[in-house]
Amino acid sequence: MAYLLEGETGPWEIVVGLEVHAQVVSNAKLFSGAATAFGAEPNSQVSFVDAAFPGMLPVINEMCVEQAVRTGLGLKAKINLESVFARKNYFYADLPQGYQISQYEKPLVGEGQVIVDLPDGRSTVVGIERLHVEQDAGKSMHDQHPTKSCIDLNRSGVALMEIVSKPDIRSPDEAGAYLRKLRSILRYLGTCDGNMEEGSMRADVNVSVRKSGEDYRTRCEIKNVNSVRFVMQSIEVEARRQIEVYESGGSVDQETRLFDPGKGETRSMRSKEHAHDYRYFPDPDLLPLKLKPDFVAAIKDSLPELPDEKKDRFVRDYGLSPYDAGVLVVDRASADFFESVAKGRDSKLAANWVMGDFFGALNSTGKTIETSPVSAQNLGDLIDLIGDGTLSGRLAKDVFALMVETGKSPAALVEEKGLKQVTDTGAIEAVIDQVMAANADKVAEYRSGKDKLFGFFVGQVMKASGGKANPGMVNDLLKSKLAG
Amino acid sequence: MSDLTHLTIAEAEAGMDKGDFTSVELTKAHLAAMAKHKDLNAYITETPDQALAMAERSDKRRAGKQAGWLEGIPLAIKDLFCTEGVQTTAGSHILEGFKPPYESTVTANLWKQGAVMLGKVNLDEFAMGSSNMTSYYGAVKNPWKRQSDAKDLVPGGSSGGSAAAVAACIAMGATGTDTGGSIRQPAAFCGIVGIKPTYGRCSRFGIVAFASSLDQAGPMARTVKDAAIMLKAMAGHDPKDSTSTPGPTPDFTKAVGQSIKGLRVGVPKEYRPEGLSSEIVAAWDQGLAWLKEAGAEMVEVSLPHTKYALATYYIVAPAEASSNLARYDGVRFGLRVPGQSLDDMYMKTRAQGFGKEVKRRILIGTYVLSAGYYDAYYAKAQKLRTLIASDFKQAFTKADLLLTPTAPTPAFAIGENLDDPITMYLNDVFTIPTSLAGLPGLSLPAGLSADGLPLGLQLIGRPFDEETLFKAAAVMEQAAQFKRWEAR
Amino acid sequence: MSLDKATVQKIAYLARIEVKEEELEPLAKELSGILHWVEQLAEVNTDGVAPMTSVSAEMALPWREDKVTDGGYAEKVLLNGPETSNGFFLVPKVVE
Repeated sequence: MAYLLEGETGPWEIVVGLEVHAQVVSNAKLFSGAATAFGAEPNSQVSFVDAAFPGMLPVINEMCVEQAVRTGLGLKAKINLESVFARKNYFYADLPQGYQISQYEKPLVGEGQVIVDLPDGRSTVVGIERLHVEQDAGKSMHDQHPTKSCIDLNRSGVALMEIVSKPDIRSPDEAGAYLRKLRSILRYLGTCDGNMEEGSMRADVNVSVRKSGEDYRTRCEIKNVNSVRFVMQSIEVEARRQIEVYESGGSVDQETRLFDPGKGETRSMRSKEHAHDYRYFPDPDLLPLKLKPDFVAAIKDSLPELPDEKKDRFVRDYGLSPYDAGVLVVDRASADFFESVAKGRDSKLAANWVMGDFFGALNSTGKTIETSPVSAQNLGDLIDLIGDGTLSGRLAKDVFALMVETGKSPAALVEEKGLKQVTDTGAIEAVIDQVMAANADKVAEYRSGKDKLFGFFVGQVMKASGGKANPGMVNDLLKSKLAG
Repeated sequence: MSDLTHLTIAEAEAGMDKGDFTSVELTKAHLAAMAKHKDLNAYITETPDQALAMAERSDKRRAGKQAGWLEGIPLAIKDLFCTEGVQTTAGSHILEGFKPPYESTVTANLWKQGAVMLGKVNLDEFAMGSSNMTSYYGAVKNPWKRQSDAKDLVPGGSSGGSAAAVAACIAMGATGTDTGGSIRQPAAFCGIVGIKPTYGRCSRFGIVAFASSLDQAGPMARTVKDAAIMLKAMAGHDPKDSTSTPGPTPDFTKAVGQSIKGLRVGVPKEYRPEGLSSEIVAAWDQGLAWLKEAGAEMVEVSLPHTKYALATYYIVAPAEASSNLARYDGVRFGLRVPGQSLDDMYMKTRAQGFGKEVKRRILIGTYVLSAGYYDAYYAKAQKLRTLIASDFKQAFTKADLLLTPTAPTPAFAIGENLDDPITMYLNDVFTIPTSLAGLPGLSLPAGLSADGLPLGLQLIGRPFDEETLFKAAAVMEQAAQFKRWEAR
Repeated sequence: MSLDKATVQKIAYLARIEVKEEELEPLAKELSGILHWVEQLAEVNTDGVAPMTSVSAEMALPWREDKVTDGGYAEKVLLNGPETSNGFFLVPKVVE
């Protein structure tokens, strides 16, 4: 179903393209040897190159090139063996060079695509227009001083990948799903940590609206949106604004806007837009970036299995539903965790445990797979204990809770707490006899036709066995004993 | 003791090796001479304390038999090279008081070979000029005067302070930089030797950038051999400059004194435009005759796009400069003029911090890169640059080096040629094509004009073939017997 | 191309150089003169000629290893700053 916004003049379609700025995972900056770590003291991770001192020159970090190529390959995109760094010239307090080294006419990566899985189970393809490598700017802080803005250049020169989608996105949901998928791919590749809170992924959102069948209308660019939720909100808000403008007889100006999540509106940044003319030209401090086909091939050979392929394999090899497989492959750690648990076991049971109790426990304890008290090995062992009848399903849940609490292995906990299921016929019969003796009146009632009391006896037996008696055996033995 | 300041670098090295004098003595002699020649305004910043400390350390190294190639030699450094802890102005108000916390690779290389820094010498602001008149720190006087009048003459530019200091013997040698002729033209005006090596030969790291695809450092000295010694020390691969050549640095001094028998010397016919002064033509012919006598062979070559080189340069260089100079914004170093807003602060700082010529070039550069004009100006100029470079490539299939005049005129008086920027730009008509092609060019004094001023000739070589230039230059130097400082 | 005052004003703003009203006219004339002069390039046919962006275009762009070798000297970075405080450079407040 197409996503349409209803206006006074009928339904409107929205057209969205995203420019995602993803910070490259590297130790040092794109053109200098300064560190990239987040949260350092102001200006402590700044070299004279990053602060654009006179006579300083850029030298490219090989890791950043490699990461961008890896990302391009992960997006099934064309890698351009020759690309050019260009200067984008503008003045801003946190842009020390007075230009950003970026790529313009000849980006490192050309067209590619991302398969986007939507909440309703459908999939759609969003085209990638290009990916290029560029420097990040520093940070201006406007709230630390009454009359001044404070400039910290720690981010200045950190490598970014700008990933530009085609205007293929048609709803806020699609935009959200695209961002999540892109983040998932980048994390699989290890090229960007995808951490939007720390600013390592930010999006510029291009939005326009149109009537069905029309050509594209004028778009507005919403700058620097820093969460998936805000991207989705800003699209809806901006689309509604544009529809209102059109329906009241106005026209939309191509401009840069800012999303204010507090007020739930976008507003013009026209002041910043004033007479922008970036005067791109090839950076004469750098030579064209030429890659050898071998270099690209080696990276291609080293690519990990990506979420789409992994999902297909999980459906094929483990018999999971596409939905379950999709949930499990969102990040590599959970997919790997699932696979370790499922190995040699009932894969559906494994998927249920991982997606159910295990994810639930991570959520409620605020832990991640990396810091989880329950290892894949231990969860697998727990499932094995169910399989071999040592634990009932109910007992297993109790054991799992203890595993989360203590981090101990299920075998140790079963031993320690004596939780082993009782499967010895004689022992269970002894308990049944005891219960029947203590409830002679109820036995008589049962025998006179009050079948409903059966549940009562099961409960009593289980209780008397401390919950450890095998429920199936209790059922069978109780039935024959009560029958007399 | 004869005047130590009149020695060549090679002679001074020999003298110190023999123990005739020390670097401290040599340095003191220069500091005294500098004090006497303050009127030239060659130095922006003198560093006598540092010089003496360096000289003392140098004498110890020599005593310990650890002398470098320039051990104990007092040099002047163009104030475009960043020197750690020592004010570096680029001749501009906007960098007044700026003390770099780092050292340029070229100067670091010189210190590694034992050289002593006398101070930082004057230049056209941001190396933009051919007269040294655009410096915020005042014009530099050429130590030479015409016989016919007493007017103060320009030393040329942009490395005017370097050239004047070397010619006046208040430095044994100096670093220069050359973007369109800034080493060669002042060398010619002051009667000294200057070489702009092949682009990529000397690291640009730590040199205040003017036009990155053209800027190259080089030595300025009183003899060909001295220039060769200096270049050997200055050059070399630098991983901090992505355009620095990875190849080895030859020992240029070995080329000095070698035979040029059979060398093919190209004479570009386009460098003899109508109206070129007869003195210049005569000096050029004389130079050719010397080379011929030494066994070289003359060939006529053609560089058909020569006439477009100046216009090409005055698009490319300002475009790059407009971007390179954006970092002078009053935020992290240098001048800040307070403003109501960030933009206001930028605009006032840059309006007051930059001089007229620098602003003119920034504006031209901004315009030629701006939307709608890029193709007509910048892209077009880059294509012309390709044609100019391929002209040279073609010429070098027939010739091993080229000989041309360095500048169309001898030094002119301070204040002349200021009315029209283009007249000033014409000074570099013979040096700019070489810069655009990235080739090495060496200027050496070939004789005097009728009015007693030095005239320079330029040798142009293949990429990374500075050795052939030194070879031919040494032969010409020998023949010219140019009376250096005595002639004044 | 002859530049008018408005264009000069626009370029001067792009370059962040304040130009006083009375300087605009003479500056426009001067810059127009230079532009007229460089426009002689138009007479050269450059069809099919590749632009030369670098002298060393034949050379491979050198790469650096991904190692932290620089930075960690905030005091040196801030040393020449016209106005600094608490480790930051200060500029007139920017209102967004």
